[in-house]
Amino acid sequence: MRRIARALLVSQIALMSEYRAEIALWALSGLLPFIMLALWSQAPAGAALGFGPEGLDRYFLSAFLVRQFSVVWVVFAFEEDALLGRLSPFLLQPLHPLWRYVAAHLAEQLTRLPFAAAIAALFFTLNPGSFWWPSPGRLLLAWLATLLAFAIGFLLQSLIAALCFWSEKASALERLLFVPFLFFSGLLAPLAAFPPGVRAVAQWTPFPWLINFPARLLAGLPVDAAAGLAAQLAWIALLLPAALLLWRAGVRRYTAMGA
Amino acid sequence: MARELLRYGLTLRRFWGTAIAGQLEYQLNLLIELLAAVANLAGSLFILSLFFAVPAGAGTTASLGGWSWPQALVVQGVYTLLDGVATTWLRPNLGAIVTHVREGTLDFVLLKPIDSQFWLSLRTLSPAGLSELVLGVGLILWAVPRAGASLSPVGLLAAAVVLVAALLTLYALWFVLATTSIWFVKTWNATEVLRAALTAGRFPISAYPPGLRVVFTLVLPVAFLTTVPAEVILGRGTPLAVGSAVLVAAVSVTLSRAFWRFALRHYTSASS
Repeated sequence: MRRIARALLVSQIALMSEYRAEIALWALSGLLPFIMLALWSQAPAGAALGFGPEGLDRYFLSAFLVRQFSVVWVVFAFEEDALLGRLSPFLLQPLHPLWRYVAAHLAEQLTRLPFAAAIAALFFTLNPGSFWWPSPGRLLLAWLATLLAFAIGFLLQSLIAALCFWSEKASALERLLFVPFLFFSGLLAPLAAFPPGVRAVAQWTPFPWLINFPARLLAGLPVDAAAGLAAQLAWIALLLPAALLLWRAGVRRYTAMGA
Repeated sequence: MARELLRYGLTLRRFWGTAIAGQLEYQLNLLIELLAAVANLAGSLFILSLFFAVPAGAGTTASLGGWSWPQALVVQGVYTLLDGVATTWLRPNLGAIVTHVREGTLDFVLLKPIDSQFWLSLRTLSPAGLSELVLGVGLILWAVPRAGASLSPVGLLAAAVVLVAALLTLYALWFVLATTSIWFVKTWNATEVLRAALTAGRFPISAYPPGLRVVFTLVLPVAFLTTVPAEVILGRGTPLAVGSAVLVAAVSVTLSRAFWRFALRHYTSASS
């Protein structure tokens, strides 16, 4: 088992580092939190959040970093593999095909690391006042929360990817998932800025646990870590069996493209 | 000259007829796009409304960079309209340039007895962005009277001029970026970076810190894409603003044309 994991990761890292330029651009295309930070730092509504100027900077930088290391694209990779018929050999191997995509995502995150670090360094050069170094405990918790956020995102997209067994264009459905993610995750505005009613509803969706919660942990803002981690684990407990079941049902009716 | 124009016009009709016929095969996708566009606009308006939430007793009326809520809605409307155009027209065409370069099919385009920039820029249309176009126009029409503005015939003409200028500027930005794929085949997602940067246009430029305002005006002309058209639509545009929007558009398009010619001189086809 360990040998398989190693081989998969090493080969995927080699593959991903071939695409450094593309991955650097993907990292750069995640600059939305910085645009929003520029707005929030100017708006009276931003000051009313009670984060303080450094807190706002740290929140949005953390949101950027969390997003960088929890980006999921399995549905697009899977759709291409299914359409081009590459999926068939994967299914014959004694390994769940999703593991291959997990390895690809982890390898891509590793390739992203230097670019994300460079963007963070640039951010601190421009705003030296907001530099901070989270306490080791917070850092560990934030890392764990980001990993769990990645797991939730991956499972959500795998559910949609499994629909590729029924429809050739299931990735279009991903757009419907991305829209609520964008607005409820905390990428554009911290959840603290939401009206209480909307915030209460958003808490019951998986989205705030994907960005808002890990970002607050990393930024050192007050947050209920135990409740957040529990919510993340609950979503994983809910999504994991669903994704596996849907996947199994899909494989059963899979006939390879063109058959 | 007239015959030449007619020939291009007829070609264009063929292009778009086949493109739309092809896209209508995927009707479910269109429905999903419509849903996504409505949800996306609703979400954007929600985020925008957060900036107008003033704590009780603050004593100031809410504004975003000096723009009231209905005025800021006009900016959102212009952005939605432009985003719809990008989805309908720019993304399907200019995204394909990269594929042409990578697979060597650009050679076939260059051999056709028709201008290559014309072919690459207008070959196809995707109805996916039509819902955004309608929503954008609807939002503008809804918000303009609520912002206390009314359009005179001259104002309407000026608004049309700056909107066309904004479209051309947007096109030139996309085209220049897509052209760079002649050298850097792998950087096809550079257009994603552009898209991300252009989302800054969802909000009036005066809401940004001064440094960014300069960047968004002079380096990446986001200001001329949404803020200036919104100002003109609201009847606050100065002749200077209209003039500079037209100038920016003219310079951008000319540069994109020159850059394309320059790039073609360096084009060596795939695998050569």
